Amino acid sequence: MTDTVSQLCTLLQPFNTNGSALSAATDISTDLNIDSVTVMDFVMEVEDHFDIEIPLNVLSETRTVADLAKVVEARTKKG
Amino acid sequence: MDLLAKLATTAERHARMKFLGGDAVGVVNEKLISPTRALIDGRETILAGTNNYMGITFDAECIAAGQKALAEFGTGTTGSRIANGSFALHKQLETEFATFLDRKHCIVFTTGYQANLGMMSGLAGSRDTIYLDADSHSSIYDGCTLSGAKLVRFRHNDAADLDKRLTRGEEDGGGKLVVLEGIYSMMGDRAPLADFIEVKKKHGFQLLVDEAHSFGVLGPHGRGLADEAGLEKEVDFVVGTFSKSVGAIGGFGAGDHPYFEYLRYAMRPYMFTASSSPASIATSLAAIRKLAAEPQRRKKLAENSARLFHGFKDLGLELGCDVVSPVVAVRCPDEPLTISMWGALLKAGVYVNIALPPGTPNKLCLLRCSVSAAHSDAEIDRIIELFGAVVAQGHGKKVANG
Repeated sequence: MTDTVSQLCTLLQPFNTNGSALSAATDISTDLNIDSVTVMDFVMEVEDHFDIEIPLNVLSETRTVADLAKVVEARTKKG
Repeated sequence: MDLLAKLATTAERHARMKFLGGDAVGVVNEKLISPTRALIDGRETILAGTNNYMGITFDAECIAAGQKALAEFGTGTTGSRIANGSFALHKQLETEFATFLDRKHCIVFTTGYQANLGMMSGLAGSRDTIYLDADSHSSIYDGCTLSGAKLVRFRHNDAADLDKRLTRGEEDGGGKLVVLEGIYSMMGDRAPLADFIEVKKKHGFQLLVDEAHSFGVLGPHGRGLADEAGLEKEVDFVVGTFSKSVGAIGGFGAGDHPYFEYLRYAMRPYMFTASSSPASIATSLAAIRKLAAEPQRRKKLAENSARLFHGFKDLGLELGCDVVSPVVAVRCPDEPLTISMWGALLKAGVYVNIALPPGTPNKLCLLRCSVSAAHSDAEIDRIIELFGAVVAQGHGKKVANG
């Protein structure tokens, strides 16, 4: 598990109400059974944790923790 | 793969709702008796969830104006505003609305939803960024998506959080639009406008306020939150609807920008839909004149809102916000209890809205009331009495005790 993935899993834990095992392959919306607004709330926490901007437009192509980790790493490098 | 297979979970949730308390999302008003009464399931019911803030839907002059327009202009316009669908009535409504709003320009849309779709997508394009409040109405989210702009969501009513996100964003040469609402439809709270104006002075964005629930309601002229706060000059664009305080259907966008009128040729939700029917436009015109001439409606709404707010507070109910507002949301413990309490209230004779996630902030389950100037004191007291019997007693104790 990369450092970004493990940090994302930690941030995701409060939203993991059905107690799924979290990994890079976790589909944030369908595996955790969380709605679109909750996904946006989670991403806000990710933005603040890494101090980066993740526009909502990016989310339509971001399904798994690994997808999100790629977005975070690309945007962290930029800053 | 069956395209509709994905609706299986929706069907299950709906069936569960009907079993627990009734079809809270499929209520049929069999007959309207007044702005505050309808026949539902054969019973006369007090309406406390219709956003009919001014109670103007049965006003005799508005009805007469609608009937006259129906006879003179026909049943429908059969065309969009940029083709054959602009009638003298539409232009007259735009002129009178601009005067009421103290704005140079006003554009009328077919619905309030389309007003937000049109304004967001007309103002911002793919090179721009829209900063929107997390609790924005779906029409704002959908308009933002339609615009193709970069979308950044900031924490609800948190000007410092917007400041942080504006500072964090890279300067990319595009325009920046910030979107707020006068009164938020679920919780009834207002945007802290002065705080946001301070951030505007620092970062220099353009500001739009959606006054859907505050138009007619707030401010010395009834123009909304910016009117109440005395900050209209700092607000670049206003959006609103005719389906609440105006008691018709339609929406508007307004502003002072010299190019504002050219938005008509840049907003697909304005260009590619038929214009509002003559009757709806004529009743809106009559209603706006009433709102200007009868400030006592606003006063009565404020009194009714305070009566319901304090009545609920005295019952120990936990509300959506701590200020008196025509939107009074009661926080409930969970979805099954909320549905059963909603059903019990309806059977006892009061209709309120049910609001469940993801339609609510922070996964809240709400029984949402909206107050009307047309409610009598006795009706407000009856709503309080029924919430006392159904919500505060029994199940509701859990809410009151946290």
